[in-house]
Amino acid sequence: MKQLLSTMAGTVFTIGVSEGDEVTAGQTVLVLESMKMEIPIEAETAGKVATINARIGDFVNEGDVLLTFE
Amino acid sequence: MTEKTAYNERLEQKLTTIFAGGHSKYHEKMKEQNKLFVRDRLALLFDDGVYLEDGRFANSEAGDLPADGVVTATGKVGGQQVCVMANDSTVKAGSWGSRTVEKIIRIQEIAEKTRVPMLYLVDSAGARITDQLDMFPNRRGAGRIFHNQVRMSGFVPQVCLLFGPSAAGGAYIPAFCDIVIMVEGNASMYLGSPRMAEKVIGEKVTLEEMGGARMHCTVSGCGDVLVTSEQEAIAEVQRYLAYFPANFTEMPKVVELKAVKEGRSLEAIIPENQNAPFDMYEAIDQLIDEGSLFDIKKLFATEIITGLARIEGQAVGIIANQPKSKGGVLFGDSADKAAKFINLCDAFGIPLLFLADVPGFMIGTKVERAGIIRHGAKLIMAMSSATVPKISVIVRKAYGAGLYAMAGPAFEPDVCIALPTAQIAVMGPEAAVNAVLANKIESIEDPKERLKFVQEKHQEYKEQIDLYKLASEMIIDEIVAPSDLREVLAMRFSAYSTKHIPQPPRKHPVYPV
Repeated sequence: MKQLLSTMAGTVFTIGVSEGDEVTAGQTVLVLESMKMEIPIEAETAGKVATINARIGDFVNEGDVLLTFE
Repeated sequence: MTEKTAYNERLEQKLTTIFAGGHSKYHEKMKEQNKLFVRDRLALLFDDGVYLEDGRFANSEAGDLPADGVVTATGKVGGQQVCVMANDSTVKAGSWGSRTVEKIIRIQEIAEKTRVPMLYLVDSAGARITDQLDMFPNRRGAGRIFHNQVRMSGFVPQVCLLFGPSAAGGAYIPAFCDIVIMVEGNASMYLGSPRMAEKVIGEKVTLEEMGGARMHCTVSGCGDVLVTSEQEAIAEVQRYLAYFPANFTEMPKVVELKAVKEGRSLEAIIPENQNAPFDMYEAIDQLIDEGSLFDIKKLFATEIITGLARIEGQAVGIIANQPKSKGGVLFGDSADKAAKFINLCDAFGIPLLFLADVPGFMIGTKVERAGIIRHGAKLIMAMSSATVPKISVIVRKAYGAGLYAMAGPAFEPDVCIALPTAQIAVMGPEAAVNAVLANKIESIEDPKERLKFVQEKHQEYKEQIDLYKLASEMIIDEIVAPSDLREVLAMRFSAYSTKHIPQPPRKHPVYPV
């Protein structure tokens, strides 16, 4: 199973997909807020979202799993 | 045409054996791995496939060690004379015997004496253990190869093309090169093989995971350019060398200018909202001659872009924050990446262009424990001590030490240019108001009143750091409309091309490495 990891420490700002959505490679699936910046997190490959492991407002550390793909 | 005599025939026979390389089964194996035979690599690399070879008969009397597993040659690449050492992995897996090492040392000495770039085409299993006393510890043993590399660093360009393994001590050849081009799937670098790792420390790991090309180009930062074939690797080194002079005493070549790539204007690309991301590559495309970007460490520490490019035909080294990746925040790896790139450009007279859009260095426990301050110091020292023409462009925000790292006014850029979207401050308005007035803000109970107060303070803060105020105080030198920037940069780089800064009398600084 593929995982999408947080690229840096920050707070989840928006989540642009739901479980079951198909995403394309390079699509912004989630935006973090960190250092007062909006940090788009892109899917590395195409796939179907299996689980969303973070909620808006959650603090995530670098390397934490944000989403998993089927 | 060689005349036919008995002794010429004997020579011919010897040469045929040497040119054939190792046993045919090893040639077959290379084909399966999409690898080229060493002499085919050299034919592709050199102009018209022509080169002079030294030490051709090395170990030829041993029978199974033609050229002792390495071809050392000099010839032209893109019109520029270069020296090359190229392992032959059909001969004892490209391992090093005493003559292999001596050949490599001699070609390095030729590169140094003739003051031309030195290329290393590496595909080698490492030391020939059976020969270790003859090639490992002595004065002209393998260690001398690295000593020579260090000696020549910054004197002539040194590039490594990694086509296969570069194991144990041999892994320091790429480590001391200016850049390393790695072929995905075949190239690898490691001190101890997976087999050794399992035996010695009990770790089970694959070669790709531990020392593969993709890992080194994305995670460790030991690789600079990831390619999918040897042909592509050779094309990339040809493209790379065109930006460089033969040695540090000469200037980079100027080529015919090209127009920028067709695309949106910088005004359309750069969002006014400081916190919104955009793709800095798109902005760079509007400043440089079309197709001229040579991206170094493209896949590593992507929050900073380091690449060679041309502006109206002149070579420049670009260091740009990438707001699209990690918000353009500087980390330890981004500092390392930029520091090495600045050192490279400064060594060979390539002027530097800084494009700043940076919220600062990352904060938090993780980065502090990893020593972000000492990593950041490497970048600031490299930038600060560079004496090539240096232009700092503040694209949007430049906060805190981010301004310093990106060649802010205190670091003697030849000019500090602001775009009208620039914002220079110790920190952004939200952070600053929060830092100074946190207690006051919390004491306001009515949420509407609180928001109103915060917004007023934001506005006040923004007025304090207004760009025209900074220009009026001569903190920044120039404000330029984004669409005029390319022309301004071309004129200014040309104006500063004779720059010379005498250095303080000392041996060298104490590097914060």
